[in-house]
Amino acid sequence: MTSTVVPDQRTLGFAAAINEALDIALGLDGSVFALGEDIQEPNGGGFGVHRGLQTKHGAHRVRPTPISEQAILGAAVGAAIGGMRPVAEIMLMNFVQVCMDQLANHAAKTRYMSGGRTPVPLTVRTATGAGGGFGAQHSDMLEAQLVHVAGLKVVVPSNPADAKGLLLSCIFDDDPCVFVEMTQLYFSAQGPVPDGDVRVPLGKAQVAHAGDDLTLVTYGKQTADCLAVAGELAAEGVSVEVIDLRTLQPLDLDTVLGSVARTRRAVVVHEAVRRNGFGAELAATISEELFGQLAGPVRRVGAPDTPVPYARSLETAYIPGPARIAAAARSLLET
Amino acid sequence: MSSGPGPDVLRGMYRTAVRIKASDERYRALMRSGAVGGMYYSPRGQEFAAAAVAAHLRIDDQVVTTYRGLHDQIAKGVPLRDLWAEYLGRAAGTCGGKGGPMHVTSPAHGLMLTTGVVGSGLPIATGLALAAQLQGSDRVIVVNFGDGASNIGAFHESLNLASLWSLPVVFVCQNNLYAEYTPLDGGTTVTRIAQRAASYSMPGVTVDGNDPVELWGAAGEAVARARSGQGPTLLEALTYRFCGHIMGDQQAYIPAEELAAAIAADPVPRFRARLVESGVLTEDAAAAIEQEASDEVADAAQFALGAPEPEADQLTTDVYGTPKEAA
Repeated sequence: MTSTVVPDQRTLGFAAAINEALDIALGLDGSVFALGEDIQEPNGGGFGVHRGLQTKHGAHRVRPTPISEQAILGAAVGAAIGGMRPVAEIMLMNFVQVCMDQLANHAAKTRYMSGGRTPVPLTVRTATGAGGGFGAQHSDMLEAQLVHVAGLKVVVPSNPADAKGLLLSCIFDDDPCVFVEMTQLYFSAQGPVPDGDVRVPLGKAQVAHAGDDLTLVTYGKQTADCLAVAGELAAEGVSVEVIDLRTLQPLDLDTVLGSVARTRRAVVVHEAVRRNGFGAELAATISEELFGQLAGPVRRVGAPDTPVPYARSLETAYIPGPARIAAAARSLLET
Repeated sequence: MSSGPGPDVLRGMYRTAVRIKASDERYRALMRSGAVGGMYYSPRGQEFAAAAVAAHLRIDDQVVTTYRGLHDQIAKGVPLRDLWAEYLGRAAGTCGGKGGPMHVTSPAHGLMLTTGVVGSGLPIATGLALAAQLQGSDRVIVVNFGDGASNIGAFHESLNLASLWSLPVVFVCQNNLYAEYTPLDGGTTVTRIAQRAASYSMPGVTVDGNDPVELWGAAGEAVARARSGQGPTLLEALTYRFCGHIMGDQQAYIPAEELAAAIAADPVPRFRARLVESGVLTEDAAAAIEQEASDEVADAAQFALGAPEPEADQLTTDVYGTPKEAA
């Protein structure tokens, strides 16, 4: 959806594209290995992302672990310091909190604390997001906690091609990267995916839809919602630009500020709870940099200040969908 | 059955302990004088827990330690000038002054990580051991921690994973009988930390960590076991800290007679007497080791005190390895 569609290009689902990136990385570099709970055959992990990889690359390189998040992430940190490029799967983002010490105190800071002598080339893949009826402890978008920690890179892909290309970039990056896979994309996103080792650089946003009147800044699953709103408003004669950030850290502020400087109107959209979310940082930065040029305040769309509810009616109300995005956009267009 | 340490090893362990003791004493004196600030966790009393284990390690073997780590850092071979400069936050330090005493690393000497978080070194050592195994290397990883760390979840997860994967790691619990300000039995129901090895199907060995010969023997077996691919060992070295938890600790929670007895049995002069008595060291040779250590520490301290702090532009470097593509 955000990639250029080449005629006859094959399409893949989100999980298959990530599986392909892992397969390519394992094939390219003997220092790459994967570890995580249940990643052995036949399941290949909680969402099947590793399916077939243990058979192809061996049990020493696709290593199932006990349910021990601190040991998984700590082993990944140690292996990275020891010269490997581990790709750790933490089944769900809520479980990243179980091993936050290893991620925030050790993976993120060791390069700095060592004066640059000890890099930690580590990738953590984790899945999350509301919409699956998984309830309050299996659905949170916690990216704001991670981007607040200096030393981490944070990536949230919106489509299969980006998922593949960004994951390859993470694995071969020399810093710890957290790669957030929104679970609903496993079930919904199909898209063209280029063959081979095609990487998407970290820190380059994608203009998913060009426009002149208003900018929607988003990432992950909400990119599709924003594109839907762009289509809806186009029918009313409003030209909307949609920016898919792809990576939150490093952040492509040039693309964001360049767009908003033109459109003079910005709405920041994410699934995470709005209060103290990553959108607050984006809104503040846009306001600081473009204060005199804006036609109105930067709007933020995010989840309400609640845990993710279970009942379908409540979960639907929780997730910021096209209606709330469109309402925020319209409120700015009236100014 | 391995034979005991030869005279060179015995003298080497004494020399290491003396260098540690001299560094610690000089550092505490500088703190008391106000010349040095920050936090400091003295390893005084625990010198041989580091020296006897490190006597088995090659330069490419790797050590992970904690905030009470000066002894482990010196024993692993981090040069004193570099180490002292790091402790004082100088640009010439092992980490350019960005880490400090609680975060010393010196990969060239195999000192891979010093953590300020109790127990967090164990999972990382497990990962270093996994890297060694995957790379087909016979290097061994030693992770040092205290008795308090054995109550952290990361301890149990790490022992389980290291045993499951037969990793080349030696878990060395330097049991100084106090977890911060709480005695061992105030937070731990086993009387020997090594008992916990049984849950993870690995040998658990308790030795007198203040007896360098005894600890050297047990560490040798554990290191050999790791190096030959037979997996991890939990080695408990019973020891004692003379200066409490942090610099300035009044140790009101420690019975005065217990502390006095421990200091009376100070392992460094005790080992010196043993070496002189057994003819491994002459009085002159022992004095020469002590003078050399004293001179070396004086040189390192002078070097560090005179070295510049990092320039302000170093504040924002080394956060990421590659320049941010857009910021």
